[in-house]
Amino acid sequence: MGVMAEPQIIGNKEQLSPCWSCKGPVARASLFCETCGAIQPPGAADHFQRLGLARDFALDGDELSRRYLALQSRLHPDRFASKTAKERAASLAQATALNDAYRTLRDPVTRAACLLQLAGATAPTEESGTVSDPELLMESLERREELSSAESPAEVQNIAARAESDAKNCVTALAAAFAANDLAEAARLATRLKYLGKLGEECRARLARIRESAPC
Amino acid sequence: MLIQIHEPGATPVPHEGDKRLAVGIDLGTTNSVVAISAGNKPEVIRDGQGRALIPSVVAYAPDGTVTVGEEARRERLDNPERVVSSVKRLMGRGVADVKKLAGTLPFEVAPPESGESAMVRLKVSGRRLTPVEISAEILKSLKHQAEAALGHEVSRAVVTVPAYFDDAARGATKDAARLAGLEVLRLVNEPTAAALAYGLDRGAEGLYAVYDLGGGTFDVSLLRLEKGVFQVLATGGDSALGGDDFDHAVAERFLAERAGVLGMQTLSPAEVASALVTARLAKECLSTQHKDGEWRIEVAGEGSRHRLDRAGLENLIAPFVDRTIAICRGVLEDAALSPAEITGVVLVGGSTRIPLVRRKVAELFGHEPLADIDPDEVVALGAALQAEALTAGSDTLLLDVIPLSLGIETMGGIVEKIIPRNTPIPVSKAQEFTTYQDGQAAMMIHVVQGERELADENRSLARFELHGIPPMTAGAARIRVTFAIDADGLLTVSADEKTTGVAQRVEVKPSYGLSEDDMARMLRDSLEHAQDDMLRRLLIESRVDAKRAVNAVQSALKADGDLLDSSERAAVTGAVAKVEAAMKGEDREAIEQAVESLEHATLSFAERRMDRGIRKALAGHKLAEFEEPGGEDATKDRAAR
Repeated sequence: MGVMAEPQIIGNKEQLSPCWSCKGPVARASLFCETCGAIQPPGAADHFQRLGLARDFALDGDELSRRYLALQSRLHPDRFASKTAKERAASLAQATALNDAYRTLRDPVTRAACLLQLAGATAPTEESGTVSDPELLMESLERREELSSAESPAEVQNIAARAESDAKNCVTALAAAFAANDLAEAARLATRLKYLGKLGEECRARLARIRESAPC
Repeated sequence: MLIQIHEPGATPVPHEGDKRLAVGIDLGTTNSVVAISAGNKPEVIRDGQGRALIPSVVAYAPDGTVTVGEEARRERLDNPERVVSSVKRLMGRGVADVKKLAGTLPFEVAPPESGESAMVRLKVSGRRLTPVEISAEILKSLKHQAEAALGHEVSRAVVTVPAYFDDAARGATKDAARLAGLEVLRLVNEPTAAALAYGLDRGAEGLYAVYDLGGGTFDVSLLRLEKGVFQVLATGGDSALGGDDFDHAVAERFLAERAGVLGMQTLSPAEVASALVTARLAKECLSTQHKDGEWRIEVAGEGSRHRLDRAGLENLIAPFVDRTIAICRGVLEDAALSPAEITGVVLVGGSTRIPLVRRKVAELFGHEPLADIDPDEVVALGAALQAEALTAGSDTLLLDVIPLSLGIETMGGIVEKIIPRNTPIPVSKAQEFTTYQDGQAAMMIHVVQGERELADENRSLARFELHGIPPMTAGAARIRVTFAIDADGLLTVSADEKTTGVAQRVEVKPSYGLSEDDMARMLRDSLEHAQDDMLRRLLIESRVDAKRAVNAVQSALKADGDLLDSSERAAVTGAVAKVEAAMKGEDREAIEQAVESLEHATLSFAERRMDRGIRKALAGHKLAEFEEPGGEDATKDRAAR
């Protein structure tokens, strides 16, 4: 963990491949050819490498946004509107890969899943999968019941606020688990965080329904 | 650089540099505007009478003559059956969608015939026309207007669409432009374009809401403006809600009064058309200086009088305005923002001139909204700025999102979301599918867009069949389907079978789009120089690529020219000269051949450059590993970087 990558050039510098435009050597996963300046198609890189960030759960959200915007300013298809079809295609692929990386790392649930996957551990269960943690299962059942019996906006907001503060604590605990390299605990917390996020969404939906049915 | 806008009719001296300029077009439901920008200073382009707003109305005379704009709008009173307005509401729509709007459309619709796409057709002056063809007439007229004012041909444009437009409506808009002989550099969302015009004008920073209520569509977007980056955080709206609804509400009231007074059972199309025109006048009048007034509708010699005051108007339109406010709240929630966090609100669209709209927006966000750029022109001005950015280069950047979730229909008609709404674009996501029967060779995939749980309740974008799946037992095949949305918000789908590696290009026939055949026929039928246009575009493309190839070789010579002896170098520069000579001509094949010869002439040069690169990398590797001075090459290499 904690491998620092250079922000511009990602991957192993010694792996060279020819630039599609000038045919000269380009370090794999370079964004642009150093010789002729042509944009290169995105190379294989994980989301952290793509944004030039250390592979770490704890990350500074502002730094993430800053790097994302700086890279997107150079790679976005709008920068290549008058260029050749090949350059436009490379830019589209680069911008797409960058958006994917940014989206994944911005959300702590997907960021955790990404780290677990990179470490070869199991990611949190998918939507269709079942929750195997009995404690979490119990908690989820209780809170859902509480939510479905909530009648007033205040009650729903209470449940939502609790879910939010639990989620915050969960993120802190996740950072600690990753720092201690306790992947089993990290996986458990990531599943819980995902469930708390869903609970928040359900609260919002419930709130909208209550407001809709209430006379104005 | 300054651009000159000439009086129509005056013959300016053609300016080579201007040819690269592209226009910005706001293709509106009620009115359309074209603008151009140079040096970050956008300007609307006016017609011969000095008007910037061109009514999005098209009239088809029995002799086949087509007129657009004010003239066409006047024709509506006398010959409503020859005139089409508000066609934007039908872009990318099928007959079933249009039935929901029944009664509000002043023209007859016809179902598609067998073999045609599901796109709705309109019956106008005895012709069957798609909304794409009708929109193309408006775009053609704007193109001619710009050409007359600028004194040169205009063939490229940024066209705006409501942020809430789905894939079908976006595709239809792009097709319309193509039919009008315009290459679309980018489809930009209207609120984003407006933000661009405001942001660049005032150097605004922070979180902004753009409230865009036009004639037929409502959009709201939340953006973060920061150092020239316009990042859309969330967007929402209703593609069938706008000032037209206000007109209809007022017209309905007038018609009910008229029927009561005159004792009528049925209303003629002329009466409906007349009531709509009167209603619009009343709305505009009550939204500006007057607090109340009286209007008269006279058709076939029978007149009726109608009183309405501002409070009466507000009562009629309040339900629609409230709906826009509810949508604003939803978008704020999507972005996890509270109204208090919003730095400013920008008003766009003619309907935001209505005092009730301004009051309700100010109430929600707790800010007096910004409206000092003409709300009818601001979108076109933003589009022009983006057109300049795309052609001349710029430091600003627009980062937009997909407005509606994209999903596929699964068992039981349930939608599985593949790309959720408000995901930044461009985006691509792959999904794996498998077969459910032994030896199954084909598979049906239904792509939908929308937020509802059942596929039927969302917009159907495309149904397509994957063929040629190798025979395998049920569940063994692994078909990977990739959904990619580009920077215009347009979807393409591709598929490959993973176990055998059989890649398949899927042809997605959009449910409400035009097929390539339709498109080819319409281009043949309608465009004067369609063939020439296409050939010229290909010529320009090949020149751009030739320039790229020459630059690439020149860069390589500068970096590694010492790898060639003088005769080898002469061969390469000779090939470069041949490309440059060919570029000056008009022969596309000659250019492409010269580029190919150049690539051939530099093959061994390229090999030597790769070898050198690898040697340097290895030397650098040793340097790093042993922390010792490496060979001379490695030192030079380091210094160069």
